[in-house]
Amino acid sequence: MIAYLLRRLFYAIPILIGVNLLTFVLFFVVNSPDDMARMQLGDKRVTTAAIQNWKQAHGYDLPLLYNAGACGLEQLTKTIFFEKSLRLVVFQFGSSDDGRNIGEDIRQRMWPSLAIALPVLVIGLACNLSAALFIVLFRATVVDVWSLVLLVAMLSISGLFYIIGGQFVFGKLLHLMPISGYDAGFNAWKFLILPVLVGIISGFGAGTRWYRALFLEEMTKDYVRTAYAKGLSETRVLFWHVLGNALIPILTGVVVILPLLFMGSLITESFFGIPGLGSYTIDAISNQDFAIVRSMVFLGAVLYIFGLILTDLSYTLVDPRVRLQ
Amino acid sequence: MIQPAALSNHLWMVLCSLLMLAGCDQRPWNNPYPETDAQSNTVYSSFDERPKHLDPARSYSANEYVFLGQIYEPPLQYHLLLRPFRLIPLTATDVPQPQFFDAAGTLLPGDAPVTAIARSEYVIGLKPGIRFQPHPAFARNAAGQLRYHALTAADLHGIRRLADFPETGTRVLTADDVFFQIKRLAAPWLHSPIAGLLGQHLQGFQALSEQLAAVADRPPLERVAALRQASLPGVDVMDDLHLRIRLNGSYPQFSYWLAMPFFAPMPWEAEAFYAQPGLAERNITLDWYPVGTGPFMLTENNPNLRMVLSVNPNFHGETYPTEGMPGDTLADVGKSLPFIERAVYSLEKEEIPRWNKFLQGYYDSSGIASDAFDQAVQIDIRGEPILTDAMRQQGIRLLTSVEPSTFYLGFNMLDPVIGGDSQRARLLRRALSIAIDFEEFISIFSNGRGVVAQGPIPPGIFGFREGEAGINPFVYTWHEGHPVRRSLDEARRLMTQAGYPDGIDRETGQTLTLNYEAVATGPDDRARLNWMRKQFAKLGIELVIRSTDYNRFQDKLRTGTGQVFMFGWNADYPDPENFLFLLYGPNAKVVHQGENAANYVNPEFDRLFDAMKDMGNSPERQAVLDRLVEIARADAPWIWGFHPKSFSLHHQWTDNVYPQQMANNTLKYRRIDPRRRERLRRDWNQPMLWPLWGIAGLLVLLITSAWWLLRQRERSTAL
Repeated sequence: MIAYLLRRLFYAIPILIGVNLLTFVLFFVVNSPDDMARMQLGDKRVTTAAIQNWKQAHGYDLPLLYNAGACGLEQLTKTIFFEKSLRLVVFQFGSSDDGRNIGEDIRQRMWPSLAIALPVLVIGLACNLSAALFIVLFRATVVDVWSLVLLVAMLSISGLFYIIGGQFVFGKLLHLMPISGYDAGFNAWKFLILPVLVGIISGFGAGTRWYRALFLEEMTKDYVRTAYAKGLSETRVLFWHVLGNALIPILTGVVVILPLLFMGSLITESFFGIPGLGSYTIDAISNQDFAIVRSMVFLGAVLYIFGLILTDLSYTLVDPRVRLQ
Repeated sequence: MIQPAALSNHLWMVLCSLLMLAGCDQRPWNNPYPETDAQSNTVYSSFDERPKHLDPARSYSANEYVFLGQIYEPPLQYHLLLRPFRLIPLTATDVPQPQFFDAAGTLLPGDAPVTAIARSEYVIGLKPGIRFQPHPAFARNAAGQLRYHALTAADLHGIRRLADFPETGTRVLTADDVFFQIKRLAAPWLHSPIAGLLGQHLQGFQALSEQLAAVADRPPLERVAALRQASLPGVDVMDDLHLRIRLNGSYPQFSYWLAMPFFAPMPWEAEAFYAQPGLAERNITLDWYPVGTGPFMLTENNPNLRMVLSVNPNFHGETYPTEGMPGDTLADVGKSLPFIERAVYSLEKEEIPRWNKFLQGYYDSSGIASDAFDQAVQIDIRGEPILTDAMRQQGIRLLTSVEPSTFYLGFNMLDPVIGGDSQRARLLRRALSIAIDFEEFISIFSNGRGVVAQGPIPPGIFGFREGEAGINPFVYTWHEGHPVRRSLDEARRLMTQAGYPDGIDRETGQTLTLNYEAVATGPDDRARLNWMRKQFAKLGIELVIRSTDYNRFQDKLRTGTGQVFMFGWNADYPDPENFLFLLYGPNAKVVHQGENAANYVNPEFDRLFDAMKDMGNSPERQAVLDRLVEIARADAPWIWGFHPKSFSLHHQWTDNVYPQQMANNTLKYRRIDPRRRERLRRDWNQPMLWPLWGIAGLLVLLITSAWWLLRQRERSTAL
C-alpha cells in the first residue's frame, strides 16, 4: 500500500505543475501585470512610473514565462511564473497584492467555511439517505412516483433561488433567523442555521435521487432475494443489508469531497456574508489578485488529490475485496 | 393514569400556548447583533467591498474613506452644512492663506499675476494639545522607553491582533507628524497615488522620492529610519505646531488636498512599530490598523466580516456647527461631538440581504438599489421623487442630492472620422449630441436619478450656471422656463451639412459606422447597449458595439484605438479645475497618459485653463469659465451625459444626516435614538412560528401514515 501511495504522490507532482501553469496562463491571458497594478493603485492619477514601481515592488516586472534577456537556466527561473510558483510547493503563499499574508487569511477563513460545509454534509447525508430509503420502501407506488417528480423539480432549481428564497421566507417573512451575517466562536450558531438549511434543501433533490438509484440497484441483487426468501422483514433487508452494501459508492462520493470542505462555497458565502474561503476566492478574482487566485487554485488541487487518495484508502476499509498495489 | 380525552386536551393546551408564545412581544430572533447591544448608542451600517488600504498615504477610494475619514484628521475639513462647499480648520488653527514670491524671493501681493509667482508658501498652524488615539506604538515602560519597539519572537507569541498588545499610550500631535506624513507620500514603497501630482508642485518632492528609491529594497525598519532622517526642501518645521510648505508657482487647489487623508498627520512611532519583523506576517500593519487623532478609532478590524469604530477617548473635542443653510435643523448647535459611541460596519456583498436588513431596522441608513427602487420611491405628479406608502409608514426619510460627478459619452478626438478639429467632424458630434437622449437614459437606466449635464461642471461647483444662461445652446433651447432638447430634424440637418445625409457618407456612399467601446458584464448592460444603438440609428448611423472587459477598455483608451466610449469622473475637490482638466490638452491620455480620455486639444482652451486654474473664485474667473465651457460645447469632444443624483434612505431614529458629497468625516455629527430603534425593531421583527408547527405536523402525519402503510403491507398475505 505504501508503494501505491508513494506512486500516487509522485503522480500528483506533474498534475500540480500543470494546474499551476494553467492557472497562470489563464489569468495572464485576461490580466496583464499593468492591469493588476492599476487595480491596486486605483483609476485616478496613476502614472506610468507608479505602475512600474508597483510591478517592481511586487515582482511583476519580469517576463511571464521566458526571460529572453537572461542566460542559461535563468531564462526560465527569472520569470514571474517561476518566482511566484516556487514557494507554493512548500505552501508559502506569500502576500496578496494588497499586502496581506495569504496563509494567515486562509487559516482564519477556513473555519467559517467548514462551519457551514460540515453540517451541510453530515445532516444533508442523513436526510438524503433517510428520504431515499423511505422512497425505496414504497418503490413502484404512487409515493415513489410523486417523490421522484418532487426530487427532479428540486434538483432542477438553481441554488441561487434556494438562497434568495430561504432568506426571504425564514429571514424576512417569518423573522426566524438573521438574513445574513456571521460572528466568531459559538455566537456563529444563529447565522449558520439558515445557510446550512438552504445547503441541505438545495442538495436534497440530487442527493436523494442518486441514493434512491443506488438502493434500487442493490434491491435487484441476489443477496436481497435470499434475504427475503429467509423471511426477513422489508425494513430489516433495506436498513441492514441494502444500506450496508450501498455504502461503497456513497463513501466514495463523500470522502472525495471531505478535504474540499475547507474551500467553502462561492455563492453561499457571498450571499450570507460568511467570511470563508469561497468569498475569499471570489473577491480575489474580481480584484485581479493573482497571488490569492493562484494560492487557492493550488490549495484546491492539492486537497482534491488528497481526497482521491483518501477515497482509494477508504475502498480497502469498506470492501475487503479491494487491495491497493 | 391520563385518559385519552384528557391527553388530547393537554396536547391542545400545549399547542395553543406555543402558538400564543409566537404572538408575544419577544426579542427578535433575526437580530444579527448581540442582545447586549440592543440599546447601545451605536450606528449600524454596511460595506460591500473589503477596503484595500487604510494607510492614508495609499488610500484613494470612497469605500476606504468611510473609515479613514473618522480616524485620521488632516489639517482641514469641509463644513457640514454650508454651500457652496467651504473649507474649515480641523487639526489646523485656520485655513492657511498662501503667500506668493517671485523668482528673486520677494513677497508679492495676494493679487499678483500668476506669471509673476515663482513660489507659494502655506504656513499651517496646528491646534495645541491634540493627542493620538491609544495605541501600543506609544506605550512606554517604567524607564520611559517605547515598550513595543524592540519586539522579539517571544514577545509576539500569542499576538494575532493589535488588541492583543496589553499596553497602549499616546502622544501630543506635532508639526513633525504632518512633515513625516508628507515624506511618506514620497516613499516609492508606499505607492501613494498623489506622488506624481505632488512631484509637480511641492518643492524637492521629486528629489526626495528618488532619494528614497535607493532604500526601497532595504528592510522595513531601515526604510523608516531613512524616512525620518530625510529632509524635504519644500517643507520646514518651524516649531512644534507650525510648518511651512513651499510650492512651485501658484497652486490654489492645494488647500483642498489639505482636507484629504493624504495629509493627515502620522506619528513616526506607528511606522516604526509596524515595521518590526513578525507583525506583517500576522497582518498587523499600518495599512490595516490606523493610528489617528480623530473622533473614532478602529477597535475591531476584520475586513472579511466587520469593522467597528469606537470613540477615541483622547479626542480633542469639537462642537456641532453653529451655522447652516436655510432649512437645516440646528438643534445640536454647540454640542460636543461625536454623538454616538460606536459604529458597526458589517460586510454585506449582496444587495438583497442588505436591503432587507435595512427594512428590518438592522441598518440605520441605506442607498437604493435599482431592483428595490420601485419599492422605495415613486415619482409624484410634479416629477419629484417621493417615498412610497410602505416607506412612509416605517418613518423612513429620503435625502437626495446631485453628486459632484459627471458621466459622459466621449469621442476619441484622435479618430479620423469622429475626432479632430474639422468642421465636418464637429457637426457630426453636435448632431449626435442632439440625438442621444440622456433624459431618456436617466429615466430608463437610473430610475430618474440624475440631472442632464449641460457642460462639464456639475451643480454645486463654482462655474456652474443655472437656468437659461447654463444651457448648452448646441443641444437645447430655452422654452417656458425649461431647457428643451433640439429636434431630430435639426440633428439630421447637421448630419447633412457634415456630409452624412441620412447617415450615408457622401464620399463613399456607405452607411456611417461607428464603434462603441463598452464594458459589458450582464443583461442590464445589453439593454443599455441596445438603447445606445437605437440612439445612433436615429441619424442612420450604424453603431458597432465592441464589448470587452474593463482592462481592455482602459487599454483602448490609453492607446487611442476606440472611437466612442462612456466614462465618468468623481470630484476630488469642489473646484471647476478638477473637471475642466479632463479636457486639458497636456492631460491627453494617449500622449501624456493623463485623465483627458477624449484626447481633446484646443490651444485656446488650454491657454484659458492655465489662467483659470490659478485664479481665486471671482467674477473674472466665472467669465473665463464661461468661455471655457463655451469652447468645449462648440467643439463637443463629449456628449455632456449626466450628473448622478444620490438617493439615500434613513430610519426615523437617525438625525443630523445631510447630503455632503465632499466631506468624508460626517459620522461625528450623526445622532441616533437607540431606544426608539430597539422598540421599532421589536415591532417589525416578531417571529412567526405557526408555519413551523404546520411543517412539523405535516412531517408527523407523513411518518405516521408511512408507518401505518408499512405495517399494513407487512401484515398482508401474499395472495
